[in-house]
Amino acid sequence: MAGQTLYDKLWSNHVVVQRDDGSALIYIDRHLIHEVTSPQAFEGLRLAGRPLWRRDANLAVPDHNVPTERVERSGGVAAIADPVSRLQVQTLDDNCRDFDIVEFEINDTRQGIVHVVGPEQGATLPGMTVVCGDSHTSTHGALGALAHGIGTSEVEHVLATQCLIQQKMKNMLVRIDGALQNGVTAKDVVLAVIGKIGTAGGSGYAIEFGGEVVRAMSMEGRMTMCNMSIEAGARMGMVAVDDTTLAYVKGRTYAPGGALWDQAEAAWRDLHSDPDAHFDRVVELRGEDIMPQVTWGTSPEMVLPVDGHLPDPAQIDNPTRRKAVERALEYMGLEAGMPITAIRPDRVFIGSCTNSRIEDLRSAAAVVKGRRVAASVKQALVVPGSGEVKKQAEAEGLDKIFLAAGMEWREPGCSMCLAMNADKLGAGEHCASTSNRNFEGRQGFGGRTHLVSPAMAAAAAIAGHFVDVRDW
Amino acid sequence: MKSFTVERGLVAPMDRANVDTDLIIPKQFLKSIKRSGFGPNLFDELRYLDEGQPGEDCSRRPLNPDFPLNQARYRGASILLARENFGCGSSREHAPWALEDYGFRCVIAPSFADIFYNNCFKNGILPIVLEAGVVDALFRQLYASEGYELTVDLQGQQVTTPAGEVHRFEVDEFRRHCLLNGLDDIGLTLQDAAAIQAYEQGLRQRSPWLFDVIK
Ligand code: SF4
Repeated sequence: MAGQTLYDKLWSNHVVVQRDDGSALIYIDRHLIHEVTSPQAFEGLRLAGRPLWRRDANLAVPDHNVPTERVERSGGVAAIADPVSRLQVQTLDDNCRDFDIVEFEINDTRQGIVHVVGPEQGATLPGMTVVCGDSHTSTHGALGALAHGIGTSEVEHVLATQCLIQQKMKNMLVRIDGALQNGVTAKDVVLAVIGKIGTAGGSGYAIEFGGEVVRAMSMEGRMTMCNMSIEAGARMGMVAVDDTTLAYVKGRTYAPGGALWDQAEAAWRDLHSDPDAHFDRVVELRGEDIMPQVTWGTSPEMVLPVDGHLPDPAQIDNPTRRKAVERALEYMGLEAGMPITAIRPDRVFIGSCTNSRIEDLRSAAAVVKGRRVAASVKQALVVPGSGEVKKQAEAEGLDKIFLAAGMEWREPGCSMCLAMNADKLGAGEHCASTSNRNFEGRQGFGGRTHLVSPAMAAAAAIAGHFVDVRDW
Repeated sequence: MKSFTVERGLVAPMDRANVDTDLIIPKQFLKSIKRSGFGPNLFDELRYLDEGQPGEDCSRRPLNPDFPLNQARYRGASILLARENFGCGSSREHAPWALEDYGFRCVIAPSFADIFYNNCFKNGILPIVLEAGVVDALFRQLYASEGYELTVDLQGQQVTTPAGEVHRFEVDEFRRHCLLNGLDDIGLTLQDAAAIQAYEQGLRQRSPWLFDVIK
């Protein structure tokens, strides 16, 4: 019998009941909750008179709707200007109180984007099944966990049963061997992967990222990659446990200590694909070949190396593809054939669950240090992923560097990633953004998003147009 | 989910074809964070003379006296008698939520929109398809006698009129089973509660660090 993949192991470790129709009841170790997708689920429990199955498996934090301006933020929930947002955040507080679920409330230092908070607190650990009513739950796979997003009815299902009814996925290995060039980051790698396999390339698969580049990558980088698995069409991405994982997890608030740590470590050491494991699909990239990436269109697969030129629809034979490129160019207000470096962002956003961790902020700060944001850039926002990240960044003086460069230093939250709060693009504005989705209107009605790494975003803020950060 | 066995209740008329989900619950109420509380806004555009807004106190709004649900004789109805293609339009689960919240347990019509039909079962509401001729006769009887009640028996799959006429209806066996026993997805999973508990006990042994940490 062939060996097992990491995904196979995580799956089989969590099967409660295997059903004849191929589905299985899967046990969920950790359920993360935020304010947008949970209210109806709690309401459903109340209506059915059902108790919570296991309170200590849940952790809640508001992130999508929280304001990031210090003034609005300092008044807490009551001071949230938008009444719809305020009610959603208040409702999360109320539900967590009623069901006795631990919540990091709006101005708690531990508050932040749910996918930054989970690993940071040790609330998500290797070997776990992790779910949350949010598609970027794939992030947590970086710890060697089986993690994916769920809908509101499934949120309710997990609250009530601690399980989900699931079908097993196929296995895909994305292997990146070699080494990355200076200035090339995990964000560039995952964008290059999406550029290669397309936004539906991973659909039906659980992706494991492996190879020398991934082994050499920090946990922050691995989280960035797993975060965007969903943009490659895969509900989950994961990375095998190694010394880097263990070093990251050790000492975190909710991580085991003492004798329990030894027991956990022994179990976690097995969380990797066996050498003879079978993958249904293998995708290979060379680290040296990957350049800094910039998306030019309205889908994450519309991505090019920074030295690239925009596609010309006239040279595309496939009519569906030609139409898509034409429409994207029109929406983005860009010319066929123009160089990526000629695109001039009006705003810059450094943040989101993809790139708002300390390493991301350090890399952006290194680029802007001692420089000024270009006059043509209306706003450059830096939004740390959590209160802990913010505190750490301030301890390192990164906030001062950003402020001195003319950037704004905000309170933690999702912010301009989805523009559910006041941080958004105006119609027609271009944004160099470290987030994960460049769909039409994602960052504000009529807004035009270019997905890049934190260093690339920072460099664009200074130069006033995209530049190759390797030359920085 | 509430189980459905036998429902004997007052009947109210919704005497028009193609009642869509927007008519059942208008879109401005979908901003709500709740799944309950839609009852006061059920059929909002027909029921009130003004335009409803989310969060508004409906008891102060001007009622449309011509709308049946506002008439004393239909107060407390739990069975809705309707026409063809009831529940067409969007997939919003808010439509059955609103019906359920208002107090309806059963909708009888000659036909239903597919998604709405499915959504009803998930929310403890029994949609019953009867022949157009039968529905027409029920409408006539309903209008003719105040306090008109029907008895709906899901086990026996029949609707009985006050005069004792019996109308048989069809329902998918699996859905019937779920509704009779009040089982939704969650209910079904909870049938495996013992297996989940056993798994959890094993997990506690294998991975004690997963328990009692976040508290
Ligand atoms: S940062 Fe963006 S992608 Fe991540 S959870 Fe928030 S809104 Fe979703």
